[in-house]
Amino acid sequence: MAVADTAALDEHPAEEHHKPGGISTSLLGMVLFIASEVMFFGGLFGAYFTIRSAATSWPPEGAGSAHLETWYAAILTTVLVTSSVTMQLGVWAIRRNDQRKLVMWLAISMLLGVAFLCGQAYEYSKLIGEGMTLSSGVFGSTFFTLTGFHGAHVAGGAAFILIVLLRARSGQFTARYHDTVEMASYYWHFVDVVWLGLFSTIYLLR
Amino acid sequence: MAITQARPEAAADAAHGISPRRHPIAVWLTTTDHKKIGIMYLVNSYFWFGVAGLLAVFVRAELAQPGTQFFGEERYNQLFTMHGTTMIFLFVIPILAGFGNYIVPLQIGALDMAFPRVNALSFWMLPLAGIVLYSSYLLGGPADAGWTEYAPLSEGVGAQGNSIGIDLWIIALLLVGTASILGAVNFITTIFNMRAPGMTMFRMPLFTWTILVTSLLVLLATPVFTSALVMLLIDRNLGGSFFNPANGGIAVLWQNVFWFYSHPAVYVMVLPGMGIISDVLPVFSRKPLFGYKAFVFATAGIGALGFSVWAHHMFVTGQVLLPFFSIMTFLIAVPTGVKFFNWIATMVKGEITFSTAMLFAVGFLTMFLIGGIDGVFLASPPVDFALTETYWVVAHIHYVLFGGSVFAVYAGFYYWFPKFSGRKLKEGLGKLHFWLQFIGFNMTFFSMHILGLLGMPRRIQDYAPLKDWVGLNQFQTAGALLIALSTAPFLANVVMTLRRKDRDPEDPWEANTLEWYTTSPPPAHNFDSLPEIHSERPLFDLRHADELTVDPDATTTGAR
Repeated sequence: MAVADTAALDEHPAEEHHKPGGISTSLLGMVLFIASEVMFFGGLFGAYFTIRSAATSWPPEGAGSAHLETWYAAILTTVLVTSSVTMQLGVWAIRRNDQRKLVMWLAISMLLGVAFLCGQAYEYSKLIGEGMTLSSGVFGSTFFTLTGFHGAHVAGGAAFILIVLLRARSGQFTARYHDTVEMASYYWHFVDVVWLGLFSTIYLLR
Repeated sequence: MAITQARPEAAADAAHGISPRRHPIAVWLTTTDHKKIGIMYLVNSYFWFGVAGLLAVFVRAELAQPGTQFFGEERYNQLFTMHGTTMIFLFVIPILAGFGNYIVPLQIGALDMAFPRVNALSFWMLPLAGIVLYSSYLLGGPADAGWTEYAPLSEGVGAQGNSIGIDLWIIALLLVGTASILGAVNFITTIFNMRAPGMTMFRMPLFTWTILVTSLLVLLATPVFTSALVMLLIDRNLGGSFFNPANGGIAVLWQNVFWFYSHPAVYVMVLPGMGIISDVLPVFSRKPLFGYKAFVFATAGIGALGFSVWAHHMFVTGQVLLPFFSIMTFLIAVPTGVKFFNWIATMVKGEITFSTAMLFAVGFLTMFLIGGIDGVFLASPPVDFALTETYWVVAHIHYVLFGGSVFAVYAGFYYWFPKFSGRKLKEGLGKLHFWLQFIGFNMTFFSMHILGLLGMPRRIQDYAPLKDWVGLNQFQTAGALLIALSTAPFLANVVMTLRRKDRDPEDPWEANTLEWYTTSPPPAHNFDSLPEIHSERPLFDLRHADELTVDPDATTTGAR
């Protein structure tokens, strides 16, 4: 048995140890981190659906359940989806080694992210004015927790893009070496997809 | 053995060569070397093992007699809450990650972990979490709702739930959880992307395989627990109502999200132990592991099934689909059974040496088997209804986590200690340690099965002075003292061995896996060279290279 075990030599030993997964270490790390983030939001969504399925009416009637404006959230959705597109345009630019376009698209993506956050802050202030808060009932708890954690991720993503932007301005990325740009784009798309989930469950599925 | 690398005298100074004037403490505090971080994981986790063990002795002291002797109800609730929390989150999970940190890069022939600085971050969150958790003793009393912190008890309803302890408990576990998640990202990336030439997935040592599956469990389960902790924190401090039925929340929701993590966490705590055993048994039986691939698939199977059984902790809530979760729980015994056949068949007709590491490995087999079997009892809802919240459950969890994880941890200590330090632990003291612990453990926890069948409820500090109950409780307290005593020969052994001047051979066990190819302890860069890897036992192949002939027809080089 030992003879057969050790005897056969590899046909392509050189290929075997060249990045076995075919994905760079930093990108793989990012993908795994995003997987864990998906499960985090999965827990929050699970709680939302469990509570909602047990409620007699949704949103629960009475004080503390303000009216959500779907059209307003749709505008925010458009802003965030657009920023995902501009982010990808930035990635494609650096793949062509176009550093100037990369800086431009990164700046636009970040500004769109900040615009989304400002829009969300305005919506929050309006809802709080109508008496809906984290502590005003289960609808407020779920709404502010889910959208709040998403907003925190948008803020984190915008900060990430800002760092990438500063590095891009000093010309640190090329068509060959731009893993960090790809990482930021993966993260930004993830944040965008979470929002699409939130928008459809909270605003559209009434 | 001549096959191990010669000690690279020049390279030994390389670590100092980088910055010769740095103080050793500064070197350890700022290190990103996976071996140093691994050692710090082991030392830190073992410290908390001692603290939690002390709390267990306090629990047993109170239970030695009916009535209240040392600790009132609230103190007692705090004791068992902190004991469980500390053992699980600050000892078992991190110490196995510590072995992983030290051993996995060596076993796959890597220079370090994929993200060394993230690795250091993961480690340093753990002592911080311990400090946060235990600062509650100074700030108004620790958490007291059990390590499961069931809502609504943990929601702050009533006097006990109002302590700041539960908030600190939440913060501490958020830290441990984040450390675990980052560690899992690191392990998976390392194992996928940093294997040495020739180290295919099916040639990886089994400990590395179990760490990979464990990391996937951590990656996907721990964030759900994080979300649960965040919701509980919001409920307690910001007026949220996730788990508060008065405002439209659902109390049982906590149990669902908690166990969605905490059941896979059982496998997080036991799979790496199984991996340690699977590296130890072949070495001391002088045989390859029987059924390598079956073992790998069984490990993956346990990992996958582990996500579909969480509600068996909630049978008595009346809120779960009993047949589904019962059948899934029974099913998980199948891959576990496969592993038992792997291990037993490995020993059959082997040249067995009962070194201390081997004793602990065989101890694991027998004790974990008992823990597994009484878990199968509980998988049946009618039995569970009768036994839930009795000492049977306490017996079960300890046979799995002490008889399983702790025995495996000690097997790993005795097996890899020569790798850490270049010196073997003394066998005589080691065997004394094993037998004291083995006898003390069975005295304490086997009798809890009987106590549970007699109906004694767990988590209560007082009990009726029935003759059977008192006798069994005193027997258990004596056993617990024996377990505490058994750590003395171990600690003495470690100190005496570290003070020894002479060194043992680089590979004292004639082991099979790659970590024994380099020197003991390894240089900062781990390997000066790597052997050709054609199987899951590269060192065995090297030792017997002259007996081998090339067989051009052999297509697979993995294990059978």
